[in-house]
Amino acid sequence: MMPFTVAQVASEREAITSAGGGGRYIAGGTTLIDLMREEVERPSSLVDINRLSLRHIRLERNALVIGALARMAEVAAHPEVRRVHPLIAEALEEGASPQLRNMASIGGNLMQRVRCPYFRMLDAACNKRSPGSGCAAIEGVNGGHAILGTSESCAATHPSDLAVALVALDATMRVRGPQGERRFPIIDLYRLPEDKPHLEHTLRPAELILDVHVPVQPFAVSGRYLKVRDRSSYEFALVSAAAVLDVRNGVVRAARVACGGVGTRPWRMPAVEAALIGQRPTRANFETAAAHATQGARALSGNGYKIALLPRTITRALEMAGEKV
Amino acid sequence: MTEKDTDSSPETGSDAAISRRDVLIVTGASIASAGIGGHGANAASSVANIEAPTAQSAKVRLSVNGVSHLLEIDNRQSILDVLRERLQLTGTKKGCNQGACGACTVHLDGKRVNSCLTLAVMHDGAAITTIEGLKQGDTLHPLQAAFVEHEGFQCGYCTSGQIMSGLACITEEHAQSVDDIRFWMSGNICRCGAYPGICAAVRATAQDA
Repeated sequence: MMPFTVAQVASEREAITSAGGGGRYIAGGTTLIDLMREEVERPSSLVDINRLSLRHIRLERNALVIGALARMAEVAAHPEVRRVHPLIAEALEEGASPQLRNMASIGGNLMQRVRCPYFRMLDAACNKRSPGSGCAAIEGVNGGHAILGTSESCAATHPSDLAVALVALDATMRVRGPQGERRFPIIDLYRLPEDKPHLEHTLRPAELILDVHVPVQPFAVSGRYLKVRDRSSYEFALVSAAAVLDVRNGVVRAARVACGGVGTRPWRMPAVEAALIGQRPTRANFETAAAHATQGARALSGNGYKIALLPRTITRALEMAGEKV
Repeated sequence: MTEKDTDSSPETGSDAAISRRDVLIVTGASIASAGIGGHGANAASSVANIEAPTAQSAKVRLSVNGVSHLLEIDNRQSILDVLRERLQLTGTKKGCNQGACGACTVHLDGKRVNSCLTLAVMHDGAAITTIEGLKQGDTLHPLQAAFVEHEGFQCGYCTSGQIMSGLACITEEHAQSVDDIRFWMSGNICRCGAYPGICAAVRATAQDA
């Protein structure tokens, strides 16, 4: 690990000033410390933000608000979260391990970096780690890689389960930086790789995530998260699906579907949602709608199975949500 | 040979008896000094070069198993390294050193964490419990005894992490069934495959608690 300094900050203003001078924010550190030890990340200074008052979890008028420093485990266990947004609790508990969930913050979870093996291998080509060096995954071992939103430069999936749930639920994020505060949909945090995969997100220099706002809608109690993977816990998704259904008088009035493990960012499925509106919540109708998920999908040498697995995962997630309406 | 931590107070477990670890350290050091010859000086100076720009360190107070320590700690040191290398508490194991295996599990301010991914300088004032903190005098903690009873290990390398994780699993009330335990213990890998014994030990202890 390269040497670095650690600044302990007591206020948001102090944090933003320290980060403006080149420091990297650190909270749980579960991704960053690992990558620093591998020397994939080499920050010369860290800004420890754990003393900031951003650990709140509360229900406001029309939204569940989750502070950036709340830990995955405490959000997942929070009674209000489980009551109004069970999808968030389920997505969190299906991620990482109990130890990591005690450590990892919500802000850090959303900012975690990709799990492509070549990204971590310093002697492999990786446009994300070393712009212009090429992509070893496209001709290499790519069974876990994306089929949506890929480019000639990168096909790594975004690994966060929480982000998939939040994108499905139209959550927004509040951030503060040297130029002040702003708020935007979480889907807009993530960039497509295109020809610049090293640019992963849209935060401006020194911007600090304050909290996440998730609109509360009565039908969100139907939300389910299905994660398909190589073992039944403590593993990243091959394909995952978040599904929420609003069914009234036996007909789907609204649907929210987003997927993980398939896109270079959390992937909302508007065509699937549109195809469900006005339909009866039957398996056949779910299958027909889910078939829209693979529009524009492109497989690499090792991940063609995801084109079959994706609609099936969505179908099952919709069935699970349908059982709760 | 081994340097004593002059700034760590008090010394825990300062028995006069020579441990297996001390013998290994001594043996390793004499092989190194006998075998390297002329390269010794180069090795020393390259270490100095790496160390020189890292004056980045801080004084950190850690309470470990109820004993308070004030330590000058390099920013890069994990709690795992501080426990093993500075405090000689080698019951906590280094497996993958990347948060994947759970061998390094300790309780930090009452919660189980991977100590390998935890920078000590970020935890000034923290209370840590390790495997060494569980037994009462010469009596094993009930979960330690259950691991013996149910053969929850073969080689034993992952065991201290399994026990610290299992204990948290029980206090979190995530040990209601074997399926429950399997899910909530999934952050602890056992390459010998002693999982049935591990689950049985955790389940039995949870039922007796």
